[in-house]
Amino acid sequence: MSDNILKIRDLSVNYQTDRGKLKALRNVDLDISRGSIVGVVGESGCGKSTLITSIIRQLDSNADIPNGSIEFEKQDLLKLSLDKMRNISGTQLSIVFQDPMSTLNPVLSIGRQMMDIQYRDKTSKKIKKQRSIDMLNKVGIPDPQSQLKQYPHELSGGMQQRVSIAMALQAGPSLLIADEPTTALDATLEVQILKLLKELQEEMGCSILFVSHHLGVIAELCDHVIVMYAGEIVEQGSTYEIFNNPAHPYTVKLLECDPASISKKQRLLPSIPGEIPDLTNLSGGCIFKNRCDQSIDRCDKHTPKWNEFSNNHYVSCHLIES
Amino acid sequence: MNNILSIKNLRVRFRAKSTLQGMLQKIDDPFIDAVRKVSLDIKQGETFTLVGESGSGKSTLALATAGLLTAKEGQIKFMNEDVTNMTPSQIMAYRKKISFIWQNSIGSLSPRMSVGSLITEGYKIHNLKDRDLKMEADRLLKLVGLPTNIKERYAHELSGGQARRVGVARAIALDPKLIIADEPTAGLDVSVQGEILNLLNKLRDDLGVSLFVITHNLNIVRHISDRTAVMYLGRFVEQGKTDDIFAKPRHPYTLALLSANLTPYQETSLENRIELTGEVPSLMDRPNGCEFHTRCPFSSKHCDDEFPPIHTFNGQQILTCHYPLK
Amino acid sequence: MKGVIKKISSDPLGLIGLCLVTLMVISALGAPIFAPYDPIQLNIMERLQGPSVNHLLGTDQLGRDLFSRVLFGGQVALKVAFVTIGLALIVGIVLGLIAGYGPAWLDNSIMLLFDTIRSVPTIMLALAAVTVVGPSITTVIFVVAVSSIPNYGRIVRTQTLTLKSKDFVKAEKLMGASLLRILSIHLLPNILGPLLILASMDIPTVIALEAGLSFLGMGVKPPTPSWGSILNDGFSLIRNTPWPIIAGSIPLVLATLGFTFLGESLRDLLDPKLRKLV
Repeated sequence: MSDNILKIRDLSVNYQTDRGKLKALRNVDLDISRGSIVGVVGESGCGKSTLITSIIRQLDSNADIPNGSIEFEKQDLLKLSLDKMRNISGTQLSIVFQDPMSTLNPVLSIGRQMMDIQYRDKTSKKIKKQRSIDMLNKVGIPDPQSQLKQYPHELSGGMQQRVSIAMALQAGPSLLIADEPTTALDATLEVQILKLLKELQEEMGCSILFVSHHLGVIAELCDHVIVMYAGEIVEQGSTYEIFNNPAHPYTVKLLECDPASISKKQRLLPSIPGEIPDLTNLSGGCIFKNRCDQSIDRCDKHTPKWNEFSNNHYVSCHLIES
Repeated sequence: MNNILSIKNLRVRFRAKSTLQGMLQKIDDPFIDAVRKVSLDIKQGETFTLVGESGSGKSTLALATAGLLTAKEGQIKFMNEDVTNMTPSQIMAYRKKISFIWQNSIGSLSPRMSVGSLITEGYKIHNLKDRDLKMEADRLLKLVGLPTNIKERYAHELSGGQARRVGVARAIALDPKLIIADEPTAGLDVSVQGEILNLLNKLRDDLGVSLFVITHNLNIVRHISDRTAVMYLGRFVEQGKTDDIFAKPRHPYTLALLSANLTPYQETSLENRIELTGEVPSLMDRPNGCEFHTRCPFSSKHCDDEFPPIHTFNGQQILTCHYPLK
Repeated sequence: MKGVIKKISSDPLGLIGLCLVTLMVISALGAPIFAPYDPIQLNIMERLQGPSVNHLLGTDQLGRDLFSRVLFGGQVALKVAFVTIGLALIVGIVLGLIAGYGPAWLDNSIMLLFDTIRSVPTIMLALAAVTVVGPSITTVIFVVAVSSIPNYGRIVRTQTLTLKSKDFVKAEKLMGASLLRILSIHLLPNILGPLLILASMDIPTVIALEAGLSFLGMGVKPPTPSWGSILNDGFSLIRNTPWPIIAGSIPLVLATLGFTFLGESLRDLLDPKLRKLV
């Protein structure tokens, strides 16, 4: 059993809304081993945002966690006091968001922000400044010394995102969470940033939890892929397995719908009819049953269990039950 | 010549700095050319796609074509009539023949109007009093595959996909000859993108309307587009038949874009992925010579000195480059 | 409408506000019915009496029934409030829309006009007006309306500027919607909500302003009753009897509280909904 730095067990998250209790995440199990890059892929409503915010303990006030544990480096984050959590955030565990302006403070200079995140270190300003310059250099910021004085809005989107990555990796975390970090960037820039992440990951040995709806990016970067649908994990396995040997009907259909997978020009493009079910009003059984074209009677009443489909490749589907 | 739309040497400028700022910062020309010199033709019943990244000017080109922005230079001809910088009397007639599907599907719908009123508003604006608005609304909703009871709903109550279809319904209400679609799949999940694209194709087949699509999503281009143009810093660097461009891109930027299009299926014919360095230059500070040379992996000194000539391959594929790819 | 009333009633202060406002409006509108006496009817024999069965709030120095005067004073207050705010709203909306939607030079000119008006204290404006046309209800209405125009105008302008660049406005322009259509159907309804709330919260201010101006003798001319003029009379009689002052103050306080509570409740109610809509 390889060393898991993140171990999520049976995590469920509910939101209290006007229409009732919304079950955003249901019984999620997730492992991230040291030094691996795990991708989470899913569409709107799949719960990937909720998953991220649960890990970093930033859920909205109307959320509650009825069951589950999030073990990070052998500590259950859900049981930690906010003080202890603050010690971990930004040092052992950090995050990069889709919009760099969510991470960066618009009224402070880059240099100031790079120094600020090192506040826990009792070293001299000079050392901290040098560390900031080194980090900015590593993420490909040209002439970092002069950039320290710049304000976020004076940088381009790509540069801003590089700075966000620099800040996230400054303290050498063991887990970096990346929530759609390249979605807002142009494709040619996206390729640069992904290359950067890969290089830094190799050099620093941290694990990455990479969330995206972009299948190509996930395939490019990740070792291991987790497919989420309407609040549940429906399939997980190595990147190769998931993209070449998908087992869950949703994954199969999703890959079919990806226009990139259709090499010949097609008159009628496939899509998955219907919508995700109402998460305030779940009727039991498999979550994908109302959109699945292979559903059987069992799917209606019984929630499928995890089954091993092939080597290290797990699916939650009645059709796969051995 | 059955060209619905014919654009020649279009130039669209924006003021980047006020006159005072320009004087103080010693900038000669406080304007930027969002669209520098663009020519294109769209035939009847054809789908023409424009691809490019941010700053390429594709949205500006779309808005100028629709008549929302003025052209500094150049000519736009619609159905053989010169519509560049139209007079107010010409504009109303134009507005009936050309419509727009916005990228912001929910935000482009007036928040306090019901869906039914929104899609039939065109009839009111153009004084078509003989139409039964309720019937028209039902007809349009059926055409785009939405239930008729959605008439009473409001924009903020719709999902992204529904709002996009409402936008399409509104766009076809007055039987336009050309529909401009700005990022028709933006914000849509992969599992439902196909629906909207199929809808656009169906409308083109059934209604004979031409489509001018703007997108950065290269994966959908192949499936909906007859001809494609690649835009960089306000110019077309390459244009031609979609199949040709995808099979054999001849401009380095086109190749770079195709390379940067990450997919799980790298069996596509790209032996060498090329990566661009740096970022898109500012429109205030355009590079000399070939404007792409600062990022081009194949550039040479010649590219810095001289603006590249226009090459044409097989009569169809047009590009501007000193050293087109083999 | 029913939903709105229900929601307001669930908020205790809102409910109080609603009741007070309803009370004020009904008593003012029904003054001719409810008032036991003619408010300007003199009756020297009964002057300066305290409250009694005949005179619920007593009488003033000329023997006029204070209760009747208060009721009719409510009419003045309401008339001034609604006419003034109505005028200020109309002019403010028109100027605000033009400033927000039109060219920059027009915007700057209108904002300059607003700033000029706002730089003059209302009292000074009132003094100037009174000097020119003499004291009357019209003077009060004019003064208060003019000084309120910039407040509404500025809000309308800011909202218009924000909405102008939104995609749905661009979409309407592209469809060929006329300027009038865009302003009246697409912009105005989105601006009106918060504006009306603000206006309703100005009602107590306007009422107080009118009372103040009348108190200073620049407003309503005697013998027309106004809460302010009642206070004015009572001021000089304070040594003899407190009742005129009390009679003038009570309705003012109740009206101010009532409209304030109601306005705040409406604002809290419409805020989250508005955030969802635009």
